[in-house]
Amino acid sequence: MASSSSNTYNSPCAACKFLRRKCMPGCIFAPYFPPEEPHKFANVHKIFGASNVTKLLNELLPHQREDAVNSLAYEAEARVRDPVYGCVGAISYLQRQVHRLQKDLDAANADLVHYGLSTSTPSNVVDLVFQPQPLPQQPQPLNPVYRLPGASRGTGGSCGTFLPWNNGHNQQGGNM
Amino acid sequence: MNPKRCAACKYLRRKCPKDCIFSPYFPPSDPHKFACIHRIYGAGNVSKMLQQLPVQTRAEAVESLSFEAKCRVDDPVYGCVGIISLLQTQIQKTQTLLAKTQADCCCSNQT
Repeated sequence: MASSSSNTYNSPCAACKFLRRKCMPGCIFAPYFPPEEPHKFANVHKIFGASNVTKLLNELLPHQREDAVNSLAYEAEARVRDPVYGCVGAISYLQRQVHRLQKDLDAANADLVHYGLSTSTPSNVVDLVFQPQPLPQQPQPLNPVYRLPGASRGTGGSCGTFLPWNNGHNQQGGNM
Repeated sequence: MNPKRCAACKYLRRKCPKDCIFSPYFPPSDPHKFACIHRIYGAGNVSKMLQQLPVQTRAEAVESLSFEAKCRVDDPVYGCVGIISLLQTQIQKTQTLLAKTQADCCCSNQT
């Protein structure tokens, strides 16, 4: 991915190609939408619109823009695949998974206590650090097919593709 | 014509027609909801998205769009993807801890 903000490609970036315009030096999209990935911008444009993305990027510092574009692309793809729930479907699924694991952990800890080994395992490890409430009201029964971009359709049993930057990045704000 | 404009039409400073696609989901009592969605997605995009959905699914779609928009306003870099990342990390850690606890349990059961 080009690190400079100027367009060093001979061919226009995917955004300018999609928008059928000349890709100027300093194109805000060029570093993040290479011509080899046309679907990335197509999805982002479909959901957010080019001008909204421009506004969003202009409000960020340059070093934040790559992650912002990648998260927008992720959300856009999720929304294209699931027009009703988008990423929220995945969040709901993952939250249920956390709760299920917490129950399993509580049961395992109870077993340890039963066998006379009190554990000092802190329960706060499994406390939800982030409470993404309120979630939209889910219809009952829940749609079981929540899939992240790249996950196989219909399984519902996997949280799918882990995010490429899921290595303890710092989340800005995020308190709901 | 709706006697009372929905939040969307009020925000867009236009008349609210009887068949306004936004009015069932953006009551005038909650102006912030549409403002947030408009800021991130734009009215035109939301209208297109809703038109492509069956009517019975639109309320849920609006709620999820509203949630994602609010996440993006609160965290302009990661939006709701930050939540997904956090949850995935938490699941990994909990699975590791669970495996360890269950292994400890097995050991103590055998002794």
